[in-house]
Amino acid sequence: MLIDWFTVAAQALNFIILVWLLKHFLYKPILNAIDSREKRIAAELADANAKKAEAQKDRDEFQEKNRVFDEQRAALLGKASDEANAERGRIVGDAHKEADSLRANQEKALRNDLASLGSEITRKASEEVFGIARKALTDLATVSLEVRMGEVFTRRLRQMDGKAKETLAGAIRASSDPVVVRSAFAMPADQRAAIQNALNETFSAEVRVRFETATGILCGVELSANGQKVGWSIAEYLGSLDRKVGALIDAQSGPADRPAPKPEPAGTPSVESGVPAGAK
Amino acid sequence: MNLTSDQQILWQHGWVKLNGTVATTWVMMAVMAVGAKLVTRKLVTEGAISRWQGSLEIVVTGIEGQIKEVGLDRPERYLAFLGTLFLFVATASLCTVIPGFKPPTGSLSTTAALALCVFIAVPLFGIREQGWGGYLKTYTTPTFIMLPFNIISEFSRTLALAVRLFGNMMSGVMIIAILLTITPYIFPIAMTALGLLTGMVQAYIFSILAAVYIAAATRVRKPMPRPPAKASAAH
Repeated sequence: MLIDWFTVAAQALNFIILVWLLKHFLYKPILNAIDSREKRIAAELADANAKKAEAQKDRDEFQEKNRVFDEQRAALLGKASDEANAERGRIVGDAHKEADSLRANQEKALRNDLASLGSEITRKASEEVFGIARKALTDLATVSLEVRMGEVFTRRLRQMDGKAKETLAGAIRASSDPVVVRSAFAMPADQRAAIQNALNETFSAEVRVRFETATGILCGVELSANGQKVGWSIAEYLGSLDRKVGALIDAQSGPADRPAPKPEPAGTPSVESGVPAGAK
Repeated sequence: MNLTSDQQILWQHGWVKLNGTVATTWVMMAVMAVGAKLVTRKLVTEGAISRWQGSLEIVVTGIEGQIKEVGLDRPERYLAFLGTLFLFVATASLCTVIPGFKPPTGSLSTTAALALCVFIAVPLFGIREQGWGGYLKTYTTPTFIMLPFNIISEFSRTLALAVRLFGNMMSGVMIIAILLTITPYIFPIAMTALGLLTGMVQAYIFSILAAVYIAAATRVRKPMPRPPAKASAAH
């Protein structure tokens, strides 16, 4: 018989024992290990997810902080840039002002120097020119030239305008002393008579005249009465030339430095107060 | 020629005897139990695991997956019984490569014992899941007329389990023994390899059939939903 019932029973028992053995030595430990590992992995995954969420939160927070920081930085940068621009503008403005002031001062100093130099040059040149002219005229001056000057003086005296004539007439009338006529050389009698006549005719009165010889008058004739003075001399031409030269120098160095001199016709008798003609 | 190892009596005292089937079974049990103990005493749950642990985890989780695929929702309840069935039969088949080893599954007594275990385990699992009434009711489904056929089915499938496994295992061993006497060199090796494959298939079939029987016994049948009443019936 193929079936031995004792063996069947024994094998059934053996199988049950094997089930128990494998359950305790194989299935339980293996399943427990797998469960433990799965739990650990699940815990690690949960932890990783939590950390990921936390990291995401931190990242969001960091990005938000970065955004705020960028905005603040941009605002501060813009403010600083504006302030720097304003400060730069102010500094540049101050520098411009200072530079302008310095330049103006330098220009003023330069103009002053130039004016001083020009004045000095002019003065020196005038002195030289006038010295030369005076020397030349002194050398050239003769009695006949004086006579000619006297004639010109007489004619100019007759041609005086009304205001100058009234002024001089008032001075002559107010003066108790005789009118003084100075010349560089002693006038001849006929010329003295011609001047006396011209005065009498001009002022319609008998004018007392005293003729004097003055070395300060450069080749000319001068009349003075009670502080009023009428003269005509080469010095008047030189004075006119001096003023024109000064005006020309002023025009070249700057019109603002000196007032433009009024043009004055040369060779016309002028009435002045208290200033000797030779001192000009 | 002995058809089974039952007839190899190693020790006998009265009606108690120790034959080759029981002895090889004990050897297999010892190897399996000691091997499992050796591997599982140093299980690790973190880091790299050993190759033995990995192999056993693959085997255990594979069996668990197969049980789940059959339709048993909680495979851990049946893992010990069905897994041991598979491992026992598979180990016995694997041991056929050892020269002179006669697998205990080549004995009809062993296969009958395993079939009896299944025969007893199926109602036990069924009653545990559904209770006495629920389980016994399965014999009268779909109608009461099916009761005798279901009872016959229980016995016949148990017999089929025992005989199928015995026939396949015994035939493999017999073919190898016969071929060894005819062509002793190359051909038995090929047949041994084929026997290994057959043995593994039989182990799978035996354990899957047992799982199917248990699933059939433990599955709670839900009542079919009634079709909605027609609206015209109300008129």
